[in-house]
Amino acid sequence: MLWGVVQFPGSCDERDALHACGLNGEARLIWHEERDLGGVDAVVVPGGFSYGDYLRAGAIARFSPAMEAVAEFAAGGGAVLGICNGFQVLCEANLLPGALLLNDNLRFVCRQVDLIDAEGARLSIPAKHGEGRYWAPEEMLDAIEANGQVAFRYAPGQNPNGSARDIAGVSNEAGNVLGLMPHPEHAVDAMTGSTDGLRIFESVAAVAA
Amino acid sequence: MATKARVLIRPKEGILDPQGKAVERALPALGFEGVGHVRVGRMVELEAEDPERLSELCEKLLANPLIEDFEIESIDGA
Amino acid sequence: MTVETSKHRELGLTDAELDLIVEKLGREPNGVELAMFSLLWSEHCAYKHSRRLLRRLPTEGERVVMGPGENAGAVSIGAGYAIAFKVESHNHPSAVEPFQGAATGVGGILRDIFAICARPIAILDSLRFGELDSVRSRHLLDGAVRGIGHYGNSIGVPTVGGEIYFEAPYEHNCLVNAMCVGIAKQDEMVRAAAAGIGNAVVLMGASTGRDGIGGASVLASAELGDGDEAKRPTVQIGDPFEESKLLECCLELLGRELLVSLQDLGAAGLTSSAGEMASAGGVGIDLDVARVPLREADMEPFEVMVSESQERMLAVVEPGKVGDVIAVCEKWQTGAAEIGVVTDNGRVRVLDGEEVVGDMAVEALVDGCPLYDLSPAEPEGWIYGNRATLATGVSAEETLLALLSSPSLASKRWAFEQYDSIVGSRTARRPESADAAVLAIPEADNAIAISIDGNGRRVACDPYAGTVEAVLECAQNLACVGAKPLGLTNCLNFGNPEKPAPAWQLDRAVQALADACEALGVPVVGGNVSLYNEGPEGPIYPTPVVGMVGELPDPDSTAPSAFAREGDAIALLGPFEPSLAGSELAKQRGELDAGLPQPDIATVAAACAAVREAVRAGKLSSAHDISDGGLACALAESAIGGGVGCRVDVQPLRSRGCSPEEALFGEASGGFLLSGNRAVLEDLGATLIGQVGGATVEVVAGDRSLSAGLDVVESAWRSLPAQAERDGA
Repeated sequence: MLWGVVQFPGSCDERDALHACGLNGEARLIWHEERDLGGVDAVVVPGGFSYGDYLRAGAIARFSPAMEAVAEFAAGGGAVLGICNGFQVLCEANLLPGALLLNDNLRFVCRQVDLIDAEGARLSIPAKHGEGRYWAPEEMLDAIEANGQVAFRYAPGQNPNGSARDIAGVSNEAGNVLGLMPHPEHAVDAMTGSTDGLRIFESVAAVAA
Repeated sequence: MATKARVLIRPKEGILDPQGKAVERALPALGFEGVGHVRVGRMVELEAEDPERLSELCEKLLANPLIEDFEIESIDGA
Repeated sequence: MTVETSKHRELGLTDAELDLIVEKLGREPNGVELAMFSLLWSEHCAYKHSRRLLRRLPTEGERVVMGPGENAGAVSIGAGYAIAFKVESHNHPSAVEPFQGAATGVGGILRDIFAICARPIAILDSLRFGELDSVRSRHLLDGAVRGIGHYGNSIGVPTVGGEIYFEAPYEHNCLVNAMCVGIAKQDEMVRAAAAGIGNAVVLMGASTGRDGIGGASVLASAELGDGDEAKRPTVQIGDPFEESKLLECCLELLGRELLVSLQDLGAAGLTSSAGEMASAGGVGIDLDVARVPLREADMEPFEVMVSESQERMLAVVEPGKVGDVIAVCEKWQTGAAEIGVVTDNGRVRVLDGEEVVGDMAVEALVDGCPLYDLSPAEPEGWIYGNRATLATGVSAEETLLALLSSPSLASKRWAFEQYDSIVGSRTARRPESADAAVLAIPEADNAIAISIDGNGRRVACDPYAGTVEAVLECAQNLACVGAKPLGLTNCLNFGNPEKPAPAWQLDRAVQALADACEALGVPVVGGNVSLYNEGPEGPIYPTPVVGMVGELPDPDSTAPSAFAREGDAIALLGPFEPSLAGSELAKQRGELDAGLPQPDIATVAAACAAVREAVRAGKLSSAHDISDGGLACALAESAIGGGVGCRVDVQPLRSRGCSPEEALFGEASGGFLLSGNRAVLEDLGATLIGQVGGATVEVVAGDRSLSAGLDVVESAWRSLPAQAERDGA
């Protein structure tokens, strides 16, 4: 299993993602100017502030050569995980439905939250973002719920940002592209608080297999 | 000769705009009564060789059409 | 450019200092030279009122890798790695524009760390504002917290700790001190000395604009008064994206050994970095302002030389490596321009193309500023105000709630949740989960703990005792997580040193810092001085902010500050003899006065060692130092954090001579609040005072006994958001 972690100027969590992927195979960084993903089995678009997140979070990163390659990889059924800024990039690139808006209280928030996955399991994962309020038109929300594309919701009462229907993460229709605001790569070691994030990397690896 | 233009981008009607709400809430304390429906967007000034393509540029990059509306104004005399 | 006769005074130079400059130059300085001298001869750059005092501080130790005088200090952590750290103030810029002031404060301290080839791994901040019932203080708090978050979050360095106090004397002079900690391979670290005659001087990073022109002398070394608004154009704007690229670029350049030396551009911009690099290397530097990439056209040479545009670094590069350096900068999309050359003439020469527009001996510019002795005089009694907000007759429960809900004591979760505290995967203890931040150092198979502290009110009561307490509190915080101190950095925030009372405060505080560090065996590896923090209302509380770094063998073997198990015994350890002098309670009652009991450093150090060893051995369920608000507040904090109550009897403190009120709310150094197995605590020599359990905080204290529901104390302690956001913004 070879993971590729895309690195943009302004990425912050790429080393943490690389470490987390490395617990589940081999992992290497993909520089944003690389047009060739080099035969990776799965791609992680990590957190941070790609290109400073100026204009809109993720808006500029989606046009990078590496993201063009990721879009092709995803279209061919490749497994892609977008975390935080990576989720924003995937939404901007129309690889995932919806958009991420400024948190409803206008403040960055860094907090351990409980997520409920599609099977109803509870995961403790930290969230940290200023623009994480998931939004989509009502009919799109109805559609992704009906298609089973809501991968994670914040546990009742723990929605940190005003996301529509408590949505924390969504997948595409085919199920090979997943994005979420909380950070599973920061929940892979009991020393830093939780190991529940490992399950998310395992599920992406299962899609790639 | 490049055309000078101004692009105004604002959240679509119906999308919660917490920045607008925050401005609205702060106004009464400063003595400004009767101000409502505040929407906070952003403004981009640019000079374009080919103004015909501005709209495409806005849809692709400057605005996210899912959540934002935009208007292009050309600035005369530039 | 001709110079008007009084220009030097506006730039902050005295007539005598101008005479000295003329003597050293052998002629009148021109405008460029006068601007450069005025900045390098300011308090901010020359430490002219503090350097003689600072010589008292112990700076040597076997673990010291870099000491004062470099961009940052550093101590070895093992396996060939060093931990670099420094704290610096950005007070005056933050008073003018809190968001940008605090953001660029963080940006500046980050550059100091990566300038020596250390990767920043943690930020802490120490903030002081006026009372939170003032609109201005709420505005400054909100802006500073947002600014710190904006910069630190965007650049991917976790903000792992800090402190915020609210006191009236900071109303017009807020303090924003930022500390950064980094990790470096010892054999890759670089010093800031220019070397190699004929080597190129390369300016990297952002382009140069008019930001912060006059910042160092107009903002940093003058008292703020009316008309602060007019100073707004001189505020620097921070761009964390630019810095993030510059950081990665510099670390790659240093890792590939492409640079001879590196220095960040901070206060006084090119003037100070070029001057200091030349001075440290005993060489000269020629700089051509015409080759500096500008953001604004038509900048004058003096403006280029003193601009404080952010996100810039100055490097010395061998001529054969300039091409490689520029290629790495292009990869990281950061600017690079060869703007000068290292010379052998011992002079800083400023050229504008062919024309020489400034020419000064490095020695005169950097080391020629006269150093002044202070004229300290102890003021009579308490020179600050008193404002009673709490009546003396209220019940012990109400008193406890009033203390816990005081914004200085209340939970700072509102602030630290706005900071990314976990990026980097090293944060083993997040804010408020333990007394000190704990970061894993897998490179050396161990961990570090960091604490930052300085209670200005207590230093105001007694500059000597209060400063000793600040050092001891850091040491106690480290002990609670099982860490042994390695080194200390400090930021001395004081009023006008040319006045007798602030001079006396500064003198006593530096002596205390020296004595406490000497006694604890902790070297001072760096620091910063911020003077003239006063306005027409008088000086700020004298505020030495102490940042301490310690090591521990294992990031998992720390103790939390919260009670962990129902049924655990609760005990006191250490020479804790609390009094109401200088306490939060005395403040709320409007009873502050000069004088504090003198802490006994040696006995506190012994208690720290005992706690440290017990924590490392995994013997304790929790360890918390008793600080602001005394034992009752420490108990409440441990109970709230653990979600479990406690029953305590303060009789053992009564037998040390404390009144019930002193036992509950009195403050002093040297107190540890521990919980765990009863026999283990007794073995440690700790004094048993109660038990963990229930849903109330109950303290038996004679006629001041109290009992309060956990939910009630928690809602008081968590009241900061409501107080900070009362304007609805």
